[in-house]
Amino acid sequence: MEYEAIIGLEVHCQLSTQSKIFCGCKTDFGAQQNTQVCPVCLGMPGVLPVLNRRAVEFAIRMGLATHCRIAEHSIFARKNYFYPDLPKGYQISQYEEPLCEDGYLEIELESGEKKRIHIIRIHLEEDAGKSVHAEDYVSENETLIDLNRCGVPLIEIVSGPDIRSPREAYHYLVRIRQLVRYLEICDGNMEQGSLRCDANISVRPKGQDAFGVKTELKNMNSFRNVERALEYEIQRQIAMLERGEPIQQETLLWDAARNRVVPMRSKEYAHDYRYFPEPDLVPLMISSEWRQAIAAQLPELPVARRERFVRDYRLPEYDAAVLTEEKPVADYFEAVVKAGADAKQASNWVMGDVLRVLKEEKIEISAFPVKPEALAEMIQLITDGTISSKLAKTVFEEMRKTQKSAKQIVEEKGLVQITDTGAIERVVDEVLAANPKEVERYRQGEEKLIGFFVGQVMRATRGKANPQMVNQLLRQKLSRQDG
Amino acid sequence: MTSGELSLPDLVEFYARRIEAEPSLNAFLDVYAEEAIDRARQVQEKWRSGEAAPLAGAVLAIKDNIAIQGKKLTCASRILADFVSPYNATVIERLLAADAIILGKTNMDEFAMGSSNENSAVAPVHHPHDPERVPGGSSGGSAVAVAADLCTAALGSDTGGSIRQPAAFCGVVGLKPTYGRVSRFGLVAFASSLDQIGPFGRNVEDVARLLNVISGHDPMDSTSAPDPVPDFTQNLHTPPESLTIGLPVEYLSDEVQPEIVQAIETAKSLFADAGYSVREVHLPMTEYCIAAYYIICTAEASSNLARYDGARYGYRAAGAQDLEEMYRRTRSEGFGKEVKRRIMLGTYVLSAGYYDAYYRRALKVRTLIRRDFNQVFEACDVLLTPTTPTTAFRMGEKVQDPVSMYLSDIFTVSANLAGIPAISVPAGTDAQGLPIGVQLLGRPFDEATLLRTAAFLESHLK
Repeated sequence: MEYEAIIGLEVHCQLSTQSKIFCGCKTDFGAQQNTQVCPVCLGMPGVLPVLNRRAVEFAIRMGLATHCRIAEHSIFARKNYFYPDLPKGYQISQYEEPLCEDGYLEIELESGEKKRIHIIRIHLEEDAGKSVHAEDYVSENETLIDLNRCGVPLIEIVSGPDIRSPREAYHYLVRIRQLVRYLEICDGNMEQGSLRCDANISVRPKGQDAFGVKTELKNMNSFRNVERALEYEIQRQIAMLERGEPIQQETLLWDAARNRVVPMRSKEYAHDYRYFPEPDLVPLMISSEWRQAIAAQLPELPVARRERFVRDYRLPEYDAAVLTEEKPVADYFEAVVKAGADAKQASNWVMGDVLRVLKEEKIEISAFPVKPEALAEMIQLITDGTISSKLAKTVFEEMRKTQKSAKQIVEEKGLVQITDTGAIERVVDEVLAANPKEVERYRQGEEKLIGFFVGQVMRATRGKANPQMVNQLLRQKLSRQDG
Repeated sequence: MTSGELSLPDLVEFYARRIEAEPSLNAFLDVYAEEAIDRARQVQEKWRSGEAAPLAGAVLAIKDNIAIQGKKLTCASRILADFVSPYNATVIERLLAADAIILGKTNMDEFAMGSSNENSAVAPVHHPHDPERVPGGSSGGSAVAVAADLCTAALGSDTGGSIRQPAAFCGVVGLKPTYGRVSRFGLVAFASSLDQIGPFGRNVEDVARLLNVISGHDPMDSTSAPDPVPDFTQNLHTPPESLTIGLPVEYLSDEVQPEIVQAIETAKSLFADAGYSVREVHLPMTEYCIAAYYIICTAEASSNLARYDGARYGYRAAGAQDLEEMYRRTRSEGFGKEVKRRIMLGTYVLSAGYYDAYYRRALKVRTLIRRDFNQVFEACDVLLTPTTPTTAFRMGEKVQDPVSMYLSDIFTVSANLAGIPAISVPAGTDAQGLPIGVQLLGRPFDEATLLRTAAFLESHLK
C-alpha cells in the first residue's frame, strides 16, 4: 500500500533581544553558568514579570512577515509543570488568544513548485534553563542546573499539518531560518539551540481523509537531523501499520548517534499543563499605530528581493537566489553595485570568490576584510581594462591580506595591464622570431597553436599584456605570409 | 510623637521591650531591635535638621510575606524557614525612602492562607484581649502588633479579608486598597489577582499616611495602576459634604452576631444624623462570592506555590532517591495542612475536564460580582457592611472545619473579587468586650472618600 506522511512543525526561535523577556538580565550565549540571572528569572518568592517590549516587536515582525493576523488583544497564560530547570514551576506562555494567528509561509520544492504552508499561530513565551548531566564536572548521580537561558524570549511558530515529506519539512525550516535572519530577530543557529524544531507526525494510506495517530518528535538539533528523524519515524510508523500494530500517541526523542527514536519517559513531561491566564501580566494590547510602525520598518523580504534582483540587475534566477539567501550577502552585493561595479561582474565575484572565502574561513560577511566599495573599485579596473580578470584574482587575494585598495596593489606590484600596442608588438615579434617552426605549422593550418603563442607572450610580459590585444596582434602577424 | 518629648530611639526601644514582655502573643517572627535603634538615631538627626521624610517617627511591623533585603522571608512556613530575601519589596523601598523604621516581621497564617492565624508553622498568634481567642488572619501578627502597642503601625496583605478581618477582631483600623493601587512586587504571591498589600493603624490617619507612601505605579509590577495618588491625609478630618451610603441587604443575615448588627445600626444613624443619604442596596451575586473566591484563589495558589520544590532554595527533604521523591517529600514535609489542601483544590479546579466547570465559571461569576458593584456605585459613594459575621472566635473552634472557617471571610472576599478598596473601622465591643469592626467599601481608586468616611465614623464612634 502507498502511504502519505502528515507533518506539522513547531519551531521555537530564541529572540535576539539584549535582555530577557520578563527581566533585565542579559541573554548572551555561552556565558559562565548562572551569571545572567536575577531574583525574577530565578523565580524567587515575591517577584513579578514585566514584559520586554522589544520581544513583542520581534514577534510581531515574524507575524507580519508570515501574513498572520496580529491580535489587538492577546493574553499570557501559565503552563504548569514541575522540572528543575523551570524555576517558577510554570512557564509563562500564550495559550488562548495568542499574538499572531492564521498566516502562511511559501516554500519552493526541488521541482520548482511552490507550496504554501499554513501557520496556525505564533506566540511569545519564555525559555527554560538547562539541566546539565553530560559534562565531566557533573558526577554520575547529579544534575546541575544552568539558569542563564531561563527567561530568554522565544516565539513558537506552529505550522498546520500541511507538510508531506521530510524534504518539505527541510525546505520549510530553511525558509523559517532565512526569514528570522532577514528580520534580525534570531540568529537561527540550530546547533546552539537558538532555533529548535519539534514535529508531529502521522501516516495514512494515500487517499484516506482521516489522519492517523500522531507521535511527537523532539530533540532534532540540526537541519539534517530533522530530515533523518522524520524519514526514520515515517518508515517506523508505516512498518507498524503494515504489521497491523497500532501506533501509540507518544513523545519520542531523536537519538542522532544511534539513528533511531526513543520514547521520552512519561515523567519528563506533564499530561496536563493546567493552563490558565497569567494574573501577573495585563492583556497585551497592540495598537494599529504600533503594528503599522513595525510593518513600515520591516526589511525587504527574501522573495521580493530575489525578484527585484532579477528585474533590476538583470541577473539570472540562480544568481538572485544565491545572493538573497542571506540578507548581509544581499546587502553586500547591492553595496558593490551601488559603488559603481557592473552587476553581473559583481554577482560573479560575490557568488564566487567572496562566498568561497567566507566558507573556507568560516566567517560572516560582516567580518570579510574587503569592503564593498573596495571590491567595486577592483571590478571597475577589470571593466576599464586596467587589469585582466586573471590578474584580478591576484589583486583580490592581495586585497584580502593587506586590505590595500586595488589601485594601490596594482601600482605597487606593477600589475597594470600592458595596453600599449607598440610594447606588445615588440614582444609578439620576439616570440614569433624565436619559434619559426610553430609559425610555419600555424600557417599550414594548425590554428590551435594560437594558444601557444598567447601563452608565450603572456609569460614574457608576466601576465600583464592585455589578452585581447595579444590575440589580435598575433592573428594579424601570423596571417601575413611575409612575417 | 510629634511633640518630640520622647526620642525616637527610646520609642523603638520601648516597642522592643514590649515585644519581649509579651512573648506569648507570638506576634513577631523576627525583630531587628538594634538595627532599628541605629536607624532611629539617624532619623532623629534628620528630624532635628528638618530634613525628615513623611514617615519619620513611624516604627513599623511588616507581615512576613513581604521581602526585605537580607532578612528572612518565611511566610510562616517550614518550606521557607531559612530563606533570606535577596531584594526589597517596592513597598519596603518606599517606606525606607520615607524614613520609616522597620522593627520586624510579623507572624501570619502560612502563605497567608487562613482566617485565624492557627495555620502558622511557627506558633499561633493569640488575641491581645483574650489568649484563648484567635486574632483573625492571615495578617494576625500585624493586627496584634498594632493592637497590643508593639509598633506604631503595620503592613499586612489581604487576599480575601486578611487585613480587615484581623483588624476587626483586634480593634484596629485595616485597609485593603484598590487592586493595583499598591505594588505587589516583593509580596510573596498567594493569589495574584486578589492579593493586595495594605496598612494597619490605630487610627484612620495613620492608615492614610502609610497609604500615601506605599501607593502608586511601579514599573516592576505590570498590574500596578498608573492612576495618580492624591494626598490621603488632606481633608481627612473634614467630613464629605454629601454622601450616599449603601447598605447591602445580603450582608445582614440572621447569622450575623446581634451586637454587630447593632453596630451597623449605630453607624447608620450616625450617617443619617450627619445628613447623609442612607439606602438599602442589593448585591445579588453575594451568595456566590465564597465559592468563586475559593476556586480562583486556590487555582492561582496551586501555581504560585509550585516554585517551592526544594531544587533551588528553601527546604529540601534529605535523602530522596530521585527527583520525584525529592519533590514529593519536600512539599509534603515543607507545607502545612491548609496549604496542601488549597494546592490540591486548586490543582483540581484547573485540571483538564474540570477547568470549564470550575475555573472558567468562577471567572464569569467574578465578572458579574464586579458588575453588581459597578451598578451599586452608580448611586452610592460608600457601602456599609459588617467586617465579620462574629467577633473573635475561640482557638480550635473552626480549625477542624475548613468550610466554617472559610465562611468567616463571607463579607470580605467580595472586595477582592471586585478589586475595590475596603476598610475595617473599630465600632465598639460585644458583651464579652471583644472588638467589633464595620466595613466600608468604596469605588475603585477612591480611597480618599473611603478614608474620609472612615474618619467621620471613627470620630463619632468614640
